[in-house]
Amino acid sequence: MTVAYHRRPVLWDIDYDAPDRSLIAIVGPNGAGKSTFIKACLGLVPKASGTVEIYGRPYREQRRLVGYVPQRESVDWDFPVSALDVVAMGRYAKIGWFRPVSRAHKAAALDALAQVGMADFAHRQINQLSGGQQQRVFLARALAQEAKIYFMDEPFAGVDAATEAAIVAILRRLRDEGRTVICVHHDLQTVPDYFDHVLLLNTRVVAAGPVSGPNSVFTRDNLQKTYGGRLTLLEEAAQAMAKAGTSL
Amino acid sequence: MTGAGCWAAATSGQWTSSIAHSLFPPASFSELLRILTLRSGYNAAVVILGATLLGLAAGVIGAFALLRKRALMGDALAHATLPGIAAAFLAATALGGQGRSLPVLLVGAAITGVLGILAVHAIVRHTRLKEDAAIGVVLSVFFGLGVVLLSYIQSLQQGNVGGLSTFIYGQTAAMSRADALLIGSVAAASVVLALLLMKEFRVVCFDDRFAAAIGLPVGLIDLLMMTLVVIVTVIGLQAVGLILIVAMLIIPPAAARFWTERMARMTLASGGIGALSGYLGASASALLPRLPAGSVIVLTAGALFLLSMLLAPSRGVLTAALRSARLRLHVALEHTLRGAYETLESQSPAPPSAPPPPVPLSAIHAVTTMHPLLWLLTKLSLRRRGLAALADAGATLRLTPRGLAEAARLTRNHRLWEEYLVTHADIAPSHVDRSADLVEHILSPDLVADLERSLRARGELPTPPPSVHPIGKGLRT
Repeated sequence: MTVAYHRRPVLWDIDYDAPDRSLIAIVGPNGAGKSTFIKACLGLVPKASGTVEIYGRPYREQRRLVGYVPQRESVDWDFPVSALDVVAMGRYAKIGWFRPVSRAHKAAALDALAQVGMADFAHRQINQLSGGQQQRVFLARALAQEAKIYFMDEPFAGVDAATEAAIVAILRRLRDEGRTVICVHHDLQTVPDYFDHVLLLNTRVVAAGPVSGPNSVFTRDNLQKTYGGRLTLLEEAAQAMAKAGTSL
Repeated sequence: MTGAGCWAAATSGQWTSSIAHSLFPPASFSELLRILTLRSGYNAAVVILGATLLGLAAGVIGAFALLRKRALMGDALAHATLPGIAAAFLAATALGGQGRSLPVLLVGAAITGVLGILAVHAIVRHTRLKEDAAIGVVLSVFFGLGVVLLSYIQSLQQGNVGGLSTFIYGQTAAMSRADALLIGSVAAASVVLALLLMKEFRVVCFDDRFAAAIGLPVGLIDLLMMTLVVIVTVIGLQAVGLILIVAMLIIPPAAARFWTERMARMTLASGGIGALSGYLGASASALLPRLPAGSVIVLTAGALFLLSMLLAPSRGVLTAALRSARLRLHVALEHTLRGAYETLESQSPAPPSAPPPPVPLSAIHAVTTMHPLLWLLTKLSLRRRGLAALADAGATLRLTPRGLAEAARLTRNHRLWEEYLVTHADIAPSHVDRSADLVEHILSPDLVADLERSLRARGELPTPPPSVHPIGKGLRT
């Protein structure tokens, strides 16, 4: 898979096979294309080339199996909806066009809110929630999707300690139920604690594999390669292409 | 003053008063009532009804456009209709038809309006310009083109030219029964669509990425929303005019947002405010026939917006000011009680007990300074709540037993909080008073219990612990 913005490639020849039933961290420096990777997987940004398959079939056919937690800053939290309204959005695909949210779906949304410890805030306007609570609402919306594989864009960004612990507990439970979670993650220190696998990304895949054990790829050497201070040759080529106006 | 100057002043006075008279002819109450109840003749009733329904449709559709942050797109669209109107007139005349046929002109308006929107999209997509710049460019260029075409048409001196420029400012009075019916059916359709697609519009407006991820055709929903905006703009052109029609799309939802935190209610309220603006505005202009009704409708909507902004509960400006004033009074009251308590403490080694001796006001004012008006309100509030009353001709304050208990509780909270800050947050005792001050007024019983737990088991001590710093100045309200 390759993705380009304004002709400049931001992800180059990504070939990655995510292991089933695991918690996977996507790690890399700013501008490495981590968010773009998730968006491309979900079909939210056009791919210059390549395909994404979920359990062996194209993403479009398997949408029901996929849950999504976007970055918290990507929406306007002053929007006139309650926490429950937002979580109920996770049920929309199941509800279908034109129909209102039925009582059963509302109950499912409430249940998802309860799982993240936010049942008491169901009828709050989302602007009255703290950052951590907003993040939990987003997580609850994904839980309400009842997916098999989850893509989460920085679920730990700017949250308090209590929320972080709550999110980790939920991620582990999801894995123990046989689901897979792929998270963009920023805090290198917590990667080995929170995740099973890691995808080191910097425009291309630097390394991918378990975070610990004999085959661990979460090594100083690989991190150096991912975060290496100088421009990589690939980035220089990408910039040159953007300048020259050549397209992929 | 010279004779000439005097004459000029007199005539100009006369002139302005005659303008005022012709713009605002005096109307009787019964006439007003007749207009408002749609009994002032068939035409006036049609116009008022049409304006009301237009307001309803624009309000409902505008709510979606506003929440999708596309409200100004309507402005680009409206201005871009002018060249279409002029071109449609030219084309119809050239083909030998009647130039000034409304359906033909509106089709032309819709075509260039949509072209305008597409131009904005193209600029945003293919350049690095942002939407506001693109809207500015498209809006002015299309409008300029329209004005050029319009003056060309006027220079032709051909048949039925007059009236094209009414689309710029609108001419509500020209609304026919068919127009009102058209507007009514669009209003009905928009309300039905709003109800059917509320869920889809909600998720696309709030989080379009998520909407796309769950498989909703975001582009199609946006297209539908924009089509509705195009339709309401085009049918509103004749009544309100292309410069002001955007106001009918923006002002009602912006006003409605002050009243509610739920999208469905906001959409309905927006439709209601739009309808009310149309109704009141068209009625007012029936009373004052020389004023352009479109402007009166928009001004009415503006007045409703102002009312909403000031008076709406929770989000209104006045409500917020009132809330903040109430908090200030609350803080002043607590400071006064604590000031009195600490003065009592300093007077005798034993903890103050009921009934306490009167406290000289000078001692309280020495530790807490406040605006005289705030002090007056504080005194009234203390007395009304039965916490304290002035004694000795206003020179002292005497706490009631209840007031003493409350003062002890407040002082205790303050000191618990201070102690917590010093022992757990490493704040210097000399600074702690002010930090504690910021928080203590909102301490809930739960928080106080937490404080007690974290500061060793203190039990239910009836009296406050000693202060961690010398008592003195520094209570600012």
